[in-house]
Amino acid sequence: MDKISFNLSLFSYLVASVGYFIYLAYRRPLVSTCAGWAVAFGLFCQTVTIGIRSSQTGHGPYTTSFEVALFLAWLMVVVYFLTEWKYKIKDLGAFVIPLVFIVLLFSAFLSKETVLVPESEVRFWLTMHRTLSIMGYAAFSIAFAAGIMYLIQEHQVKTKKLGIMYFRMPSLEVLDDLNFKVIMIGFPLFTLGFMTGSIWNIQMEQPFFSWDLMRTLPLVIVWLIYGLVFFGRMITGLRGKKAAQGAILGFITVVGAYFLHII
Amino acid sequence: MISTEPNLVLVGVNHKSTPVEIREKLAFNQVKLEASLEHLVSCPEIAENIILSTCNRVEIYARVDNTDQGIQLLKDFICDYHSLARGSLDQYFYSYCDNQAIEHLFRVSASLDSMILGEAQILGQVKDAYSTARAISSTGLVLNQLFEKAFNVAKKVREETGISERGVSISSAAVELAKKIFEDLENHSVMLVGTGEMAELAAKHLISYGIKTVYVASRTYERAISLAQTLNGCALDFVAFKEELHRADIVITSTAAPTFIIHKEMIEQAIHKRKNKPMFLIDIAVPRDIAPEVNDLENVYLYDIDDLQNVVNANMEERQKEAENAMEIIKEEVTKFNNWFSTLDAVPTIVEMRNRAEDMRKIEVDKTLKNLSHLSESDQNAIHQLTQSMINKILHKPTINLKKKTQSKDGHVYLKAIRHLFHLDD
Repeated sequence: MDKISFNLSLFSYLVASVGYFIYLAYRRPLVSTCAGWAVAFGLFCQTVTIGIRSSQTGHGPYTTSFEVALFLAWLMVVVYFLTEWKYKIKDLGAFVIPLVFIVLLFSAFLSKETVLVPESEVRFWLTMHRTLSIMGYAAFSIAFAAGIMYLIQEHQVKTKKLGIMYFRMPSLEVLDDLNFKVIMIGFPLFTLGFMTGSIWNIQMEQPFFSWDLMRTLPLVIVWLIYGLVFFGRMITGLRGKKAAQGAILGFITVVGAYFLHII
Repeated sequence: MISTEPNLVLVGVNHKSTPVEIREKLAFNQVKLEASLEHLVSCPEIAENIILSTCNRVEIYARVDNTDQGIQLLKDFICDYHSLARGSLDQYFYSYCDNQAIEHLFRVSASLDSMILGEAQILGQVKDAYSTARAISSTGLVLNQLFEKAFNVAKKVREETGISERGVSISSAAVELAKKIFEDLENHSVMLVGTGEMAELAAKHLISYGIKTVYVASRTYERAISLAQTLNGCALDFVAFKEELHRADIVITSTAAPTFIIHKEMIEQAIHKRKNKPMFLIDIAVPRDIAPEVNDLENVYLYDIDDLQNVVNANMEERQKEAENAMEIIKEEVTKFNNWFSTLDAVPTIVEMRNRAEDMRKIEVDKTLKNLSHLSESDQNAIHQLTQSMINKILHKPTINLKKKTQSKDGHVYLKAIRHLFHLDD
């Protein structure tokens, strides 16, 4: 059952990605509406998958790599819907949903074995750590998409070559504002995730500084990059192209850190 | 007699066929328009008519009994009405009938035939022409249907193609750019440096899109004050504006200064003071007022007059491409309209054909019954019923097929054949 719902959600996101690309290129409102429904259906199926899995393990989807990827993809769609509802940027789908599809497709190749974590104080900190971090990553993924859109639009306006995307994509101000807001939310969540992760580490009776450099250093770099963007915004008025580049670089580092983490 | 051929005609001149000095002589002014429509509709050859008279075109759409005759009549009318000799004007007129006339109207309404492709005004003018004609009942079923359809087609073209999406004037291209940088213009400000006419025009355009804060700087302070008053803004003297640059989100320069008056360092400072909030600089002056290196600064977007002109040209080209998509929509809609138009022709023919058959049946049955006076009334009725149902059965398939065939391209051939075979036009 959870296999069926998983495959259905994967397929829905693929259909939606193609739909959003068509919308971006040919501006057919019906296609975008259909893509929106496909995403909604995908989200529903994914919720079913997560529900079934959680009922088997008795806790949320954050213990195995597969669960983490599943949960991340799910949250990315939720954040996407919230953003879409607030900003009405339909073209964002063409940048976010393919990303969701890739994350989910990747998770399909991971081990589906369940790991049972008995209820304990350790589990509480693990839950906090993973949930907060994944929420942060989901926000960062939207910042990444908004950053790419910003760079495309900025390049067109700056070089005075106003292509088809110029007319279809939102204004620089809106994209910059979106980038700003999601990092404003994502960075504190990620920071809390980082801190609770350290507590969990202690609970696991590993010394705080038993740093596995390969695993932890990239996360510190991620934290530093988003920290620079976050505080740069607040204090020095960092914005526009640099902020967009920061959001993109940050997300690429997140992906790199993730792979180092699961090796 | 009802004509079986589609009989729509259009006679006109437009900006492509006719120079303005001729066009202006042929225009119908609003006051005399109604009288002209009434005059035309009183002609026995003309069933319906609409006159469309704008500064770029004069066109009469009519439904007539005979196409060729109708076209000549309309040309004569236009010339006579303006007391002009027809001979010298003949070369300017174009005339279309049936499909071509329908297509032409759809193209005109969708602004594919306009001087500026995709402009919005023409649709309003066609609507006005239609409502004037409707008000005095110079239109009927066909032109009403045709014009209503034309409005739908225009709407469809506007929605489904980008034909009117892109600005094709310097000021509209500038507004578009401003909206791609700032989204909502309401909370943003504009500074005019120099009081050139084009800068004023661009500023007015921006104001119409919601900009509320306006600064005006000029070498002559009095001119700054007077323009600031017209634009409901605030005047600055020519020294102060440099210190105030950071307050402006959009700067439009149009001074007659021989060298650059705004340099990279000035904008760098302004951007710093603005905490990197973007600036859109529009340099309309020739020679230019703003040093081009300014565009290298981050969050600063500088467009000079040539840049804007290039944007406008590119937009024009894009509209041209969109016009091709629009033509596909129009072709489709012409076919749809024609289908409806043709069934209109089939119905009277079918009625006539059935009447003709019924008349013959009656004559023949009556003749026969005269010699069969011994039959009871119910027997006579039975014979009537029998012959009636025979006629119905025989004509059933031809009726269905005729309705179907008249929707095809060569439908009128079938109609002609039926009328000929049944002697309907005698």
